[in-house]
Amino acid sequence: MHELSIALSILDIVEEEAERLGATRVTAVHLKIGLLSGIVPEALQSAFDLIKEGTSFAAAQLVIQELPIIINCPTCAAERPIESIQNFICQTCSTPCNDVVSGRQLEVSALEIEAS
Amino acid sequence: MKHTTRMVEVRTKVLKENDVAARAMRERFRRDGVFVVSIVSSPGSGKTAFLERTLVTLRERYRTAALVGDLATENDAQRLARSGVPVKQILTGTVCHLEADMVSRALENWDHGPLDFLFIENVGNLVCPASYDLGEDLRLLLFSVTEGEDKPLKYPTIFNTADIAIISKMDLAEAVEFDLQAARQSIQAVRPGMEIIELSSKSGKGMDRWIEYLIARRNEV
Repeated sequence: MHELSIALSILDIVEEEAERLGATRVTAVHLKIGLLSGIVPEALQSAFDLIKEGTSFAAAQLVIQELPIIINCPTCAAERPIESIQNFICQTCSTPCNDVVSGRQLEVSALEIEAS
Repeated sequence: MKHTTRMVEVRTKVLKENDVAARAMRERFRRDGVFVVSIVSSPGSGKTAFLERTLVTLRERYRTAALVGDLATENDAQRLARSGVPVKQILTGTVCHLEADMVSRALENWDHGPLDFLFIENVGNLVCPASYDLGEDLRLLLFSVTEGEDKPLKYPTIFNTADIAIISKMDLAEAVEFDLQAARQSIQAVRPGMEIIELSSKSGKGMDRWIEYLIARRNEV
């Protein structure tokens, strides 16, 4: 359960960016989480809601976008989704493949802010 | 005063500080010629016994040291110290995984002399350590025959981030009716192409193959 420490890091980033952007209020924090990032979105959501209380970002909603795991399939010679996280085969041609090109992301993608 | 809301693109990695610290360590390890192996596993998978045997075997020909992460006790470090190589404990307190800066701090003021190999034993946990780069050259995942063949399917993320899987306690395989073929299939399903080595730290069977693999990987760097 490391979502609490991840939530704290997110809040640090929000604080830093809000100051840089001269935001008076942050209404939303957009987060991209790959299915292979090791993060459970529900747990992170709860952790974020818990720690934002009492800070100047209590009004900020965490908006999580989950990203699928995409591999570079050697047979299709194209980027394809995998069957499932328990089966790393190309969804199109069933070739086993571990050349992951997307799915490990864990990033704050955007903020919705108010600035005076 | 009227407020307007606007969307601003940020694109900042949440673990950027960890990544920066890990990168700095990796550069330092490379410069110093140290090959670094991190070990992740469940609690009770035989990690300490495996590491002890590995350290004793390598000691004859290589300069080796180990960093051991543990929540609260120093038992593992004391046990590993018997191997005669430098061992240091990282007590993580309530933190369920090692982070790059914990490793970096542990390495400061630790006079272990020049090294060929450094082992970093993570906290016994198959979830949280997956997200944190520790600057290692090789991430080793250890799981024992007593944990069941479907372990990889239950923890696909950490299996996928590992470079090699070691199946331990093979001396108990028959007693627990461990299906090696099924275990290998599960590993390959979540991490196609992964190297798998079965061994017993108790009898020593399979250890030579592991040591050979390790030395070959070090020579590649």
